[in-house]
Amino acid sequence: MAESKTGPAWTGSYLQDYGSRRGLLAWLTTTDHKRIGLMYMAAMFAFFTVAVLLGLLIRLELMNPGMQYVTPRVYNSLFTLHGVIMIFLFIVPGIPAVMGNFILPLQLGADDVSFPKLNLASWYVYIAGAILALMSLFVGGGVPDTGWTFYAPYALRSGSNVSLAVFAAFVLGFSSIMTGMNFITTIHRLRAPGMGFFRMPLFCWGLYATSWIQVIATPVVGITLLLVIMERALGIGFFDPARGGDPVLYQHLFWIYSHPVVYVMILPAMGVISEILPTFAGRTVFGYKAIALSSMAIAIVGYMVWGHHMFTVGMSDTARRVFSILTFLVAIPTGIKVFNWMATLYKGSIRIEPPLLWALGFIFLFSIGGLTGLVNGALSTDIHVHDTAFVVGHFHYTMFGGAGVGLFAALHYWWPKVFGRMYNRKVANWAWGIFMVGFNLLYFPMLVLGIMGMPRRYADYLPRFHGPELVSTVGSWVMVSGIILMAWNLVRAIKRGAPAGDNPWGGTTLEWQTTSPPPQLNFAASPSVTTGPYDHTALRAAAAKEAR
Amino acid sequence: MTGASSFSGMVDKTFWMILGSSVIMLLGITVTMILFMVKYRRSRHPNPSDIEGSATLETLWTVLPTVLVMVMFYYGWAGFKVMRETPKGAIPVTVQARMWSWSFKYENGKQTTELYVPVGRPVAVNLESADVIHSFFVPAFRVKEDCMPGRKNHAWFQAEREGVYDILCAEYCGDKHSAMLAKVVAVPADTFDVWLERGGGRPTGAKLLQLKGCVACHSSDGSKLVGPSYKGLFGKKERVITNGVEREITVDEEYIRRSLLQPKADVVVGYQPQMPEMGNQLDEEDIQLIIDYIKRQ
Repeated sequence: MAESKTGPAWTGSYLQDYGSRRGLLAWLTTTDHKRIGLMYMAAMFAFFTVAVLLGLLIRLELMNPGMQYVTPRVYNSLFTLHGVIMIFLFIVPGIPAVMGNFILPLQLGADDVSFPKLNLASWYVYIAGAILALMSLFVGGGVPDTGWTFYAPYALRSGSNVSLAVFAAFVLGFSSIMTGMNFITTIHRLRAPGMGFFRMPLFCWGLYATSWIQVIATPVVGITLLLVIMERALGIGFFDPARGGDPVLYQHLFWIYSHPVVYVMILPAMGVISEILPTFAGRTVFGYKAIALSSMAIAIVGYMVWGHHMFTVGMSDTARRVFSILTFLVAIPTGIKVFNWMATLYKGSIRIEPPLLWALGFIFLFSIGGLTGLVNGALSTDIHVHDTAFVVGHFHYTMFGGAGVGLFAALHYWWPKVFGRMYNRKVANWAWGIFMVGFNLLYFPMLVLGIMGMPRRYADYLPRFHGPELVSTVGSWVMVSGIILMAWNLVRAIKRGAPAGDNPWGGTTLEWQTTSPPPQLNFAASPSVTTGPYDHTALRAAAAKEAR
Repeated sequence: MTGASSFSGMVDKTFWMILGSSVIMLLGITVTMILFMVKYRRSRHPNPSDIEGSATLETLWTVLPTVLVMVMFYYGWAGFKVMRETPKGAIPVTVQARMWSWSFKYENGKQTTELYVPVGRPVAVNLESADVIHSFFVPAFRVKEDCMPGRKNHAWFQAEREGVYDILCAEYCGDKHSAMLAKVVAVPADTFDVWLERGGGRPTGAKLLQLKGCVACHSSDGSKLVGPSYKGLFGKKERVITNGVEREITVDEEYIRRSLLQPKADVVVGYQPQMPEMGNQLDEEDIQLIIDYIKRQ
C-alpha cells in the first residue's frame, strides 16, 4: 500500500494553514486530529493553571491553624472548584484528549481518527461544558460548596449554584464519550497493514482500555447528575431521605462511574511510560503481552471496586468484605506493569533524558500511590484513614504523581514531534528535580496527617496537626516553582528551540518515521508493519552503518 | 499516635504490616531502578539485550503479590470483623449528629454534649443524623462510621485507658464542618456509674438548646449568627418566605413548633434554609420546654 503522495499537505507541517481558511478560523474549524489535540492542550492547561492557583490558596489557608485569609464558606468553594476543574476539565480529558488525539493515529499509521468531525465536536462540547462550569461561579446562588463529589443530601440542600455545575459535568461527560467512541473505532479499523492487535504500541492499548471505560461508565454518572438536577428543581425524592430517597444510592451511582474513571486517568499514563522505557533503554519492552493485557484487566476489575469509597456509609458487612477483596485484586495487574517496566531497564543501554526521568518519577510516585492504596483497601485500616488527609495524599500520589506526571512525561517525550523543536534538556532536568522534591514535601505530610486523624475538607484544624500542614504548604511552593520552570522551558522551545529532527530519541513506533512536525496527512507513504512495536534492530543497523 | 481502644492494637498491627511491606517494596523498586540506571547506562553498556519476556517471571510476580495482598485482605478483614460484632451487654448510647454539633443520649434519658464512657466496658453507639451525612470519628479508638439521615448505623468500642479523646466529623457537611468537634471522656467504671445516675431525667429548655446544637446558629443575646436570635423573638413580626412567596407572620407557639419540625416551611428573609428538621430529636415535651424558654427571652 506504499503509494506516494505529493502536494503541500504531505510535505509541509500541519502547523501551516492549508485550504481557504487562515489563522484562528483555520484552527477552530479544523478536523486534523493533531490540531484538535493542541486545542485541547491550550484549553486544558488554562484550566489547570486556575486549579493550581486554587490549590495554592487552599494550602495557604491551611499553613496555620485558625482562619487567616478566607472564610470557611470560601474555603469550601475553593476545594470544590479545585476538584471539579482538576477532575472534569483537566485530568479526565487529560492524556487521551491531548496526547491520544495527537499520537494515536500516528502510532497506528493512519491519516486521522475514524470520525474527524466528531472529534472536533467533542472539543466544542468540552468547551461548552467548561463555559457552563464557569457560569456556575457567577450566576445564581453563588459558587458551589459541595466538594467535587456532589454528595446528597448536602448537594440537594446547598443554597449554592449546584445544578449548573452538575449540568456542566453532565455535558463534559458527552465530550468524553465521543472521544472514547472515536478511539475505539480508530483502533479497530485504522491500524496500518500488518499491525495486528499485538503489534500495537502499548500507548494505544492504554487508550483502548480507557476508551471502553469512557463509553460504558460515563452514561451512569450522566443519569445520576440528571437525577440530582431533577431532585433540586422538581423536588422528586431520589436521594434525600426527607423526601423518601436514599443518599447511599447516590453514592453507589456516583462511584460506579467515578471509580472506573480513575483508570481513565491512569491507564493512558501507564501507556506513556510503556513507550518511553523501551526507547530510552534502547531495547524491546519486557513482557509486551502482560503489559497490554494488564491494562484490560485493570479496566475490567476496576469496574467492580467502587464500594471501597463507601466503607463507612453503613453498607452490609458482606458487601464491604467483597469490595475489599476486589480492591486488592486490582493491585495485581498494576504490580505486573511495574515489574515489567523494571525488567525493561534490565540489560538495556540507557540514555538518561528528561522523558525518562519523568517516567521514573511516575514509577516512584505512582508506587507510593498504589501502596498507600493497600491501606485503603484493607478494611480495618481503611476505617481509620477513610475521609482523612491520608486519602487526599493517596489520590494525589496516584492521580497527580501518576496521571499528571504521566502527562508531563508525554509532553517531554513527544514535544519535539509535535513542534519539531527541542527544549533545553538541562532546564527540563532541573524542573523535574524541583518538582519531585516539592511534590513529596507537599503530599507526603498528608499521609502522616491522615494517620494522625486529620479529616479531609477541613478549613481549620486542631493545633496538633500544625507541623505537617506547614511542611505541606512550603512543599506546594516548591512544586509549583518546578511546574513553572517546566512550562516556561517547553513554551520557549516552540519558537526558539533547536530543530529536533524526525527521531531525536531513537523511538521505534510509527510516529517517529514521519517528519517533525508531521505533515497534515501524517505520512508521505502509508506505512506497513512487519515487526513488533519496539524492535530496535533496524535502528541499530542504521547506527552501525553510520558509525562505519 | 497511640491507640486507646480494645481493638486499636489489632488495627495498628495491620497498619505496620501493610506499611512495612510497602516500604520494603518501594525501596526495592527504587533501588533497582537506580541500580539499572547506573549499571546499564549507555556509556557502560552500549549493547542492549532484547529480552522479550519470561513466563517464569510473569508467573512469579503475579502469584507472589496475589499471596501478599490476600494476607493483607485477611488482616484487614479480621480486624474489621471485631469492629462489627458488638459484644453483649455493651452500654447503648445514641449519637445525634447535625449541622454542626454532636449530642449523646443515654438509656436513662441523660443527654450530654461530651461522650462519657467507662474504661474497660464496651459502648455501642447508634449513629443518627438530623440533616446531611456526618461521620463519627474517634482517631484514638480507630473508630469511624457515618451518621446517615434516614438510616441507623452502628459501631462500638471499648476504651482501655482513662483520658479525653477527640471526636471529629469526617464527612464534609458544610460551613462549620471543621468545627464539628466533641470529646470522648473515658473515666473509671465506678465513676461512670455514679455520673450516669446523676443528672438523669429531662433537661431544661436552655439545656436542650445547647444539647441539640441550636446555640451554634441562634444566639440569646440578639447577635445575628447563621439563624435569627432568640432575643425578643416571641411576639415579634417577621417577614418569611413561604413556598417562594414573601409574607409577614407573628412569632407564636405555632410558628416556633413549625420552625422546629419543618424549618424550611417559613424561612425568615435574609437567612438560608439550612436548619435540620428536629422532629426525630425532640419529643412533644421538649418542644414545649423550648417554646417556654424562647418566650422568656
